[in-house]
Amino acid sequence: MTLHARRKLVNQIALALSLGAMVFGLFWLLWILFEVVRLGFGGLSLDLFTKMTPPPGSEGGLLNAIVGSLILVGMASLVGTPIGILAGIYLAEYGQRGWLASATRFINDILLSAPSIVIGLFVYAVVVTRMKSFSGIAGIIALALIVIPVVVRTTENMLALVPNTLREAAFALGAQKWKVICYITARAARAGIVTGVLLAVARIAGETAPLLFTALSNQFWSLDVSEPMANLPVTIFKFAMSPFNDWQQIAWAGVFLITVGVLLINVLARLIFKEGFKQ
Amino acid sequence: MSVSAFAVPQKNFGDVREEVQICARGFNFYYGKFHALKNIDLDIYKHRVTAFIGPSGCGKSTLLRTMNRMYQLYPEQRAEGELRLDGKNILDTDVDLIDLRARVGMVFQKPTPFPMSIYENIAFGVSMHERLRRSEMDDRVEWALRKGALWEEVKDKLRQSGTSLSGGQQQRLCIARCIAVKPEVLLLDEPTSALDPISTARIEELIMELKKDFTIVIVTHNMQQAARVSDYTAYMYLGELIEVGRTDAIFIKPSRRETEDYITGRFG
Amino acid sequence: MDITVAHPVVAVPTSDSITKQSPGLSARRKNSGLGDALFFNITRAFAVFTLLTLVGIIISLLISSWPSLQRFGISFLWHAEWNPPAQHFGALIPIYGTLVTSIIALAIAVPVSFGIALFLTELSPRWLRRPLGTAIELLAAIPSIVYGMWGLLVFAPFFGQYVQPVLAATLGNIPLVGTLFRGPSLGIGLLSAGIILAIMIIPFIAAVMRDVFSVTPSLLKESAYALGATTWEVTRKVVLPYTKVGVIGGVMLGLGRALGETMAVTFVIGNTNFLNNASLFSPGNSITSALANEFQEADPGLHSAALIELGLILFLITFLVLAASKWLLLRLSRGEGSRT
Repeated sequence: MTLHARRKLVNQIALALSLGAMVFGLFWLLWILFEVVRLGFGGLSLDLFTKMTPPPGSEGGLLNAIVGSLILVGMASLVGTPIGILAGIYLAEYGQRGWLASATRFINDILLSAPSIVIGLFVYAVVVTRMKSFSGIAGIIALALIVIPVVVRTTENMLALVPNTLREAAFALGAQKWKVICYITARAARAGIVTGVLLAVARIAGETAPLLFTALSNQFWSLDVSEPMANLPVTIFKFAMSPFNDWQQIAWAGVFLITVGVLLINVLARLIFKEGFKQ
Repeated sequence: MSVSAFAVPQKNFGDVREEVQICARGFNFYYGKFHALKNIDLDIYKHRVTAFIGPSGCGKSTLLRTMNRMYQLYPEQRAEGELRLDGKNILDTDVDLIDLRARVGMVFQKPTPFPMSIYENIAFGVSMHERLRRSEMDDRVEWALRKGALWEEVKDKLRQSGTSLSGGQQQRLCIARCIAVKPEVLLLDEPTSALDPISTARIEELIMELKKDFTIVIVTHNMQQAARVSDYTAYMYLGELIEVGRTDAIFIKPSRRETEDYITGRFG
Repeated sequence: MDITVAHPVVAVPTSDSITKQSPGLSARRKNSGLGDALFFNITRAFAVFTLLTLVGIIISLLISSWPSLQRFGISFLWHAEWNPPAQHFGALIPIYGTLVTSIIALAIAVPVSFGIALFLTELSPRWLRRPLGTAIELLAAIPSIVYGMWGLLVFAPFFGQYVQPVLAATLGNIPLVGTLFRGPSLGIGLLSAGIILAIMIIPFIAAVMRDVFSVTPSLLKESAYALGATTWEVTRKVVLPYTKVGVIGGVMLGLGRALGETMAVTFVIGNTNFLNNASLFSPGNSITSALANEFQEADPGLHSAALIELGLILFLITFLVLAASKWLLLRLSRGEGSRT
């Protein structure tokens, strides 16, 4: 075989494999989505949104778990977002050099890649053992600790994208640095930062591992964050691993809800990001 | 400013009859719906330097990029008509792109050393077209680097990354890389536009040297450069070939008013 | 404004005039600096907070796992017995499970992701690029519990019934390698967990690779095409070396995900601390699945401490992966100038 013919053959094989990889990847992902819709959509009913999680063998829904998840995710985002944004501002606007900024940046990377179950263990050791009880507040702290590094990273990156000429123009008018940051650079990077926050929210909405030893779960209705709190992921975990058919059915419905919710937040984040760059 | 301000070296071709290497007839080019080149008729002669000049956006780079069918990478770009290399229309669908590009090499506006060593940069192209033994490849690399006027500067650091060279050296590396494949035609797309004057002068010297062995087509923004290095000059404007001819004739006595305006700087 | 008023026409600034004007200047700076100083210190405080979190995590895990650290010492790492009633704990099985599942996941996900990235940047028709790229990115957002539940209830039964017997009948007969593919086809087990992890991390790695491939300068790619290179050669010899830093970063991101993943693994790995053969069909345990299954019910003494030590080990492993990738990237970028 001539050299050219061989090279073309290799090229064609490689490109065919590449097409195969694309099909392979899409195949699994479509299969998963298909099953989630097929099994989850069938489980949707009014009961799901109006009844509490049932004991095995009886009818029930996911109301307490849905509300619990909303509380946990909402509060964790409220706690984690400002911390993350402020730390991100420090890194981008004050921390060009100096050991504190580079140390923080490195440690933020570690936290970003830290297994979420380890975060759960940490909060267990620090909060749950002190309070002598699993609690919603422990779950909120665990989720907030996951939000922070994500928001720090995106805030810093988005601020770094703001052109320096914009800062210089503001300083040239005699503006103070904190005003320049708050009114000019942070505003210019707003869409990107909001996107980062939304992506962090989407991430914690499906997190299960850090809640296992913190918020735990609760079979009953409870809005008290000092008590164990029902939430979707842990309920799904418990129900899906069980041998009971009706529990598995509810778990599929829960998985469907989480998937749809997370995907919607992601789509929203994308839209905001795109809009922000249009302006 | 008078036309004679340009020093145009007198080129003597003697009685040698020019041999056509590339010829375009009724050649058209489109970017999607935009008609970028209109009815180009042009001959490019063997072992001569032909320069394309004209204001930005006139289509000179576009014309160059059809000669190795580089435009094929972009599905919305399309060429029609005849573009013959040694008599064979290279726009035909049966043309083998790998063969074509082995015969027609190209150097770009900016130096583009590959992320590999100097040696591998040269060997990369060669190994795609010929099976050579190690010692043969060593010889070929040395030959190409000598042709590219780079050997003396890099012979002791062939294993170093191509990106470690200076801009001018990088561009000569790219030329050597092109020559190593032993093409018939060299396409140079503003090869000195990113270089300083000294590097530019070295590349121009190199071009004069290389035309003994290769047919060279050069796109340039710099009219002095066209006057210095080329034997033939084609002036293009808004996708049309306005005038083409011997460089001395074009620069001293252009037959078209538009060409004269552009060359004397009265235009644009 | 008042600065200009403070020193009217100063033709030649003598040292005297400079000292005279400087108090006014610094006073003004102090006033305006109050907001600045406050803001600076607030933001810095939160940066420090982030820093302290990590220190806090490490210290608290060390304290909580102290009984186990003291009792078993370094041999905790290679003892295979995990026996809560006998109060004897060794981490070998979960560490093995974590590493093996992650290696399987990478072995599958890296080539597939590379193929996907190549398809999206070079092969796909232009109109398909955005939708397919967005689909891949959205799939990276699906919570891991979805993968886990699907893995347990849909994938594992299918895998055990149709795929494992075929693997055993083919790969299982090859000497040496064969031992990895023998034993009962349970569906669940180390191999299934690795495959689920692979499916989960493919979108992450593919998205990163696609991003870095698409920032390769087109001039560089065109130069290679101009020499007569094929699409594959351009990707393999030019794009991949040019983007190696980003590609390694993407692979490490995927590895970090795989090592620390809990839910996708816990559902399908089989959750057993007994493992006495090399077969990937066997059920096993990973650090994360051991924690997820046992921690809630563990008694507060040695058992809890041993589990927390597992968590500490996992944290160290992910830290090592991150540090190794940073070191590798540093070396690559430093080596760029001199050698390839």
